[in-house]
Amino acid sequence: MIRVQNVTKTFGDFAALHGIDLKIKAGEFVALLGPSGSGKTTLLRIIAGLEFQDGGEVLFDGEDVSSRSVGERQVGFVFQQYALFKHMTVAENVAFGLSVRRKGRPPKADIRARAEELLRLVQLDGLGKRYPGQLSGGQRQRVALARALAIEPRLLLLDEPFGALDAKVRKDLRRWLRGLHETMGLTSIFVTHDQEEALELADRVVVMDHGRIEQVGTPEQVYMEPASPFVSDFVGETNQLPGGIHVRPHDIELVTSGGIPVVVDNVFRRGGSWRVEGRIEGHDRVVEFDVNAANPAPMLGETVQIQPLREREFQKHPS
Amino acid sequence: MTASSAAAMRRRWRQPSVLPGFGLTFGLSLGWLTLIVLIPLATIFLKSAGMGWDQFVAVGLSDRALAAYRLSFGTAAAAGLVNAVFGLLVAWVLVRYTFPGQRIIGAIVDLPFALPTAVAGIALTALYSPSGWVGRFLDPLGIKVAFTPIGITVALVFIGLPFVVRSVEPVLADLGNDVEEAAATLGATRLQTFRRVIFPAIAPALLTGFALAFARGVGEYGSVIFISGNMPGRTEIAPLLIVTQLEQYNYDGATAIATVMMLVSFAILLALNVVQAAGRHRYGA
Repeated sequence: MIRVQNVTKTFGDFAALHGIDLKIKAGEFVALLGPSGSGKTTLLRIIAGLEFQDGGEVLFDGEDVSSRSVGERQVGFVFQQYALFKHMTVAENVAFGLSVRRKGRPPKADIRARAEELLRLVQLDGLGKRYPGQLSGGQRQRVALARALAIEPRLLLLDEPFGALDAKVRKDLRRWLRGLHETMGLTSIFVTHDQEEALELADRVVVMDHGRIEQVGTPEQVYMEPASPFVSDFVGETNQLPGGIHVRPHDIELVTSGGIPVVVDNVFRRGGSWRVEGRIEGHDRVVEFDVNAANPAPMLGETVQIQPLREREFQKHPS
Repeated sequence: MTASSAAAMRRRWRQPSVLPGFGLTFGLSLGWLTLIVLIPLATIFLKSAGMGWDQFVAVGLSDRALAAYRLSFGTAAAAGLVNAVFGLLVAWVLVRYTFPGQRIIGAIVDLPFALPTAVAGIALTALYSPSGWVGRFLDPLGIKVAFTPIGITVALVFIGLPFVVRSVEPVLADLGNDVEEAAATLGATRLQTFRRVIFPAIAPALLTGFALAFARGVGEYGSVIFISGNMPGRTEIAPLLIVTQLEQYNYDGATAIATVMMLVSFAILLALNVVQAAGRHRYGA
């Protein structure tokens, strides 16, 4: 189990983390979700030992590892830009962690066999003799993963692991990583700014903003019961109606009378529904909502009446 | 030849590309290279070709000339190696740390580029002669620097330093922290990280720097003649031998020596280039 207790970190004048508390159970798959500058990567790097906190402690299975170096913490770290060793073959990259061991270094043949096994695991068998420069982005990322797994880490940390990949590859790799996490029984934490990725992949999502944790919960909790206007806005889409009311686009329906009048600005298809963009009459506020595409699309310039189905009200400035 | 096959030939020679002006720029650079480098070098060959083989060997491969080549190439290689080590160190410090006076040190590194080399030669001779500031401490230890091959090497180290620093610096800066951090997460010690991750990555640039410093050292004249003492067969470098021949109006002899130097230099630089290209090809980058 990983525990982060009251961890703070400042870079010069900039407070990156304000007293972070977090518990991660063995076998969990946790997403650190937030915009850039929210402190999510700093937190990940502190857990890894690549950065050191100014205050508070990090515990692995009850043991304070705050003064342990990154090499001693035995964590697998996957970098956003892969950070592969360009002058080594793929197999040498994967074997690196084992070949630099000073105590209990396995014989060369064993290291080679282990590297091959890992390459099979990440579905790159047969590419061991290539150089990273000869692989696609998705393949490189899998090499990086195999390299991190080679040291049998007790914790796998991934920094924006799919950030540099295109949409299709990202989706495949995501699903595959989820499967790998389960079959290998890993404990994993990954950083992302993509809420869709966090909701799809994680057992629990930690939403961060300005160096603070805004909410920790299952994807369902974070999406359906956001704890703050920030979470509501950042996770999923949200309309802010007058009076501090937050409502998701799919939680709005058209009514014939008594609703809020909205002038339609734009309509386009999004899967099985029409996405309508409009302005509340008399306000300049933009509203987005979905209408079942089985119905005719609203006309541009038309005024329609909308009614929130599910809404959340937030006090102004809850913090 | 039909028009279409001519077009096909042209296509094979030059792949269609959106990068414009291959023909123009290639032609211009070839023309420029010819004017500036190839024609002057070719005249040396022509001149030496006119003197006949026996005479060429008599001067170009005489004992005195052979000793001069050995000294020139040997000291240039030694100085290149020294610079490869310490130039790397300087580049390392300049790239990886911020400290007061960094820019000043950066500018000092380039000084050997700008300084008239004779100035360096005079200064180094004054320092390292047996009565100089440094030489006076080395002399009792039996180490003679000025007027020996060591002195020549010292002068060549001085003028070659910026080549290594400026070659390695951008590559080192470009390397980024993440590969180092990756090595650390995998349990590598700092020494292992340097030996297995950083050094191989900067080795091609280091080789370039070495080649440049070496080439410069082979051709260097101004700073060496003061500190070397110029004893024929012992501390006489090849460029000086050429000048000596010229002063005696022995133009044929001078070109013979120049031709040998040119061929050897070309062979060495070509070999270094091939080694580098092989490395680049291998990494597929």
